[in-house]
Amino acid sequence: MKPAVCTGVHFINGDEACAEGAIAAGCKFFGGYPITPATEVAEQMSLRLPEVGGTFIQMEDEIAAMTSILGGAWAGCKTMTATSGPGFSLMMETVGLAVVTETPCVIVNVQRGGPSTGLPTQGAQSDMMQAKWGSHGDYEIIALAPSSPQEMFDFTIIAFNLSETYRTPVFIMSDEIIGHMSEKVIIPHKKKIKIINRKKPAKVKQGFKPFKPGANGVAPMPAIGEGYKVHITGLTHDEKGYPVMTVEAQEEMMARLLGKIRNNLDDIILTEDYLLNDAKIIIITYGVSARTSYTAVDEARSRGIKAGLLRLITVWPFPEELIRNLAKKAKGFITVEINMGQISREVERCAGGLAPCYLAGHAGGAIITPDKVLALMQEKF
Amino acid sequence: MPSVNKTFQADKHPLEDLLRVDRLPHIWCPGCGIGSVFSACLRSIKNSGIDYNNFAMVSGIGCSGRGAGYINIDSFHTTHGRAIPFATGIKLANPDINVIVFSGDGDLCAIGGNHLIHAARRNMDITVICVNNLIYGMTGGQVAATTPHMYRSSTTAAGNPESPFNLPLLAYAAGATYIARWTMLHSRDVSDAVSEAIGRKGFSFIEVLSPCPINFGRRNKEKSLDTLRMYHEKSIIKNNATPAELDIEYGKSIVLGKFIDIQKPTYSENYSRVHNPNDE
Repeated sequence: MKPAVCTGVHFINGDEACAEGAIAAGCKFFGGYPITPATEVAEQMSLRLPEVGGTFIQMEDEIAAMTSILGGAWAGCKTMTATSGPGFSLMMETVGLAVVTETPCVIVNVQRGGPSTGLPTQGAQSDMMQAKWGSHGDYEIIALAPSSPQEMFDFTIIAFNLSETYRTPVFIMSDEIIGHMSEKVIIPHKKKIKIINRKKPAKVKQGFKPFKPGANGVAPMPAIGEGYKVHITGLTHDEKGYPVMTVEAQEEMMARLLGKIRNNLDDIILTEDYLLNDAKIIIITYGVSARTSYTAVDEARSRGIKAGLLRLITVWPFPEELIRNLAKKAKGFITVEINMGQISREVERCAGGLAPCYLAGHAGGAIITPDKVLALMQEKF
Repeated sequence: MPSVNKTFQADKHPLEDLLRVDRLPHIWCPGCGIGSVFSACLRSIKNSGIDYNNFAMVSGIGCSGRGAGYINIDSFHTTHGRAIPFATGIKLANPDINVIVFSGDGDLCAIGGNHLIHAARRNMDITVICVNNLIYGMTGGQVAATTPHMYRSSTTAAGNPESPFNLPLLAYAAGATYIARWTMLHSRDVSDAVSEAIGRKGFSFIEVLSPCPINFGRRNKEKSLDTLRMYHEKSIIKNNATPAELDIEYGKSIVLGKFIDIQKPTYSENYSRVHNPNDE
């Protein structure tokens, strides 16, 4: 057995850093399927999991990959899969099963240009709305957006912690550029890494209810074989897990599913701000687009424009209140993202007409340069 | 007769410890055969002597897919077609669990067909019980990948233009190491097959023919008892028969038996041999 935490300074790409983050977080099962540009996550997991007593399997498609990690999660493991656009689409039905069965797991989407086969080897951020609404029905989901290989490591650990805390699937919404970029990645000592494991039920097995919420709105989760005799279904179910086809049961279940996220926003929503205190023009961005946006803010400031930046680390749930408050003092917003308008619409919704909102977007395949952001800033403000 | 009634009440169902009695009555229609297959499966679990906590049942969607909802062990009612990859995840994350997939022909062999052949190819150590009622029952009787040629369904009112799968041949070609076919009338044989599957390592595929009088029989002028009579009169038990000769000639000849039972390393055994060569 080799160590799960490869403490030290590394020069690795984002996909590999993501895999190392997963192993460090205690991931013991990965079901995957090859797809550019996420393949390196699977490759690294296939090397590393046997070294730490875990299991890797390359399934027959992304549907199977996604489903296998739910089985693994109920058998008591932390589990993960990784994919890109087309595979993400195939996984969506099972993401809904993960949500409704409150199964912790981590799904990495190294985004590429779409729709369909699109631009397999070139980056985009155009699956952001799919991450929120891709599976049918109402639900809340957690999605994080890393901006560097270092954050692919760090955020993968956060993703597992959130997933274990809230018994919910968590997305890592990366992209080809971050996934394939090699940079310095510092892996800290094992003791410096905060790891959260799912809460286990008290030992009372008679009448156990796998969906009866605890203090934070989340039910403790047993594993197969521990004697709790759980029944888990994708049908609308009560706290016992039994299917109940009534309006009341649906309301109760939905309140539980939405509530455990909506009532814990302060714990889940992570953002980072840059020169925001006196900013009049506020850039909202995330992932790879944050990298170029910082340069745009610096350049604007050097020209006397009071620009600032809010980086979304947690993209879903969306930081509605934060944007709402910023809208009260902002002259306007520019959302920088590699798509034709996704998160920008959320910003516009939350700004509620108090400040104009613009998109510095891109159809996919390349980063958005600071020049483009600056030009938009000068044109609109 | 109060005395009889009293006796009846005092007698527990012999499988009660394996049933979620608080979920009864079940959804299966009068004349449906799924319950017989289900109880045969439960008998095998009971007779195995293995702690119930070391079992998990996984189902997909459909009438047979409701099986997981009635068994009182860790049980999972998953999405349509995906019982096998879910079971694969359980088995690989905890190899000590005996994983039984209980589902229908549409779920396992049409929408889930890809998973079936790949789990067989890997010799994943799970037991798959495929209740074959030749139709999509829950949705009201649409044509299935198992519906006999020219038989009627709600989507082939003039007769099915397609040919059905020979499921044992499919499983064999994909690499399954245990393959049997019975009908729900052959309850003891089903139970024996499930017991053998639980007791062995590797991918076991057990097809069990079962009537759907409401959605198959009604359209094809076949009452439930007619189906059972046909199972009885037209079936031939031919153990070790060649899988290629197992096409069902519905109404004329159905070959039953245990066809394949061979030893091959499982996925987990091979995985551990590859990654820990010094452990042996």
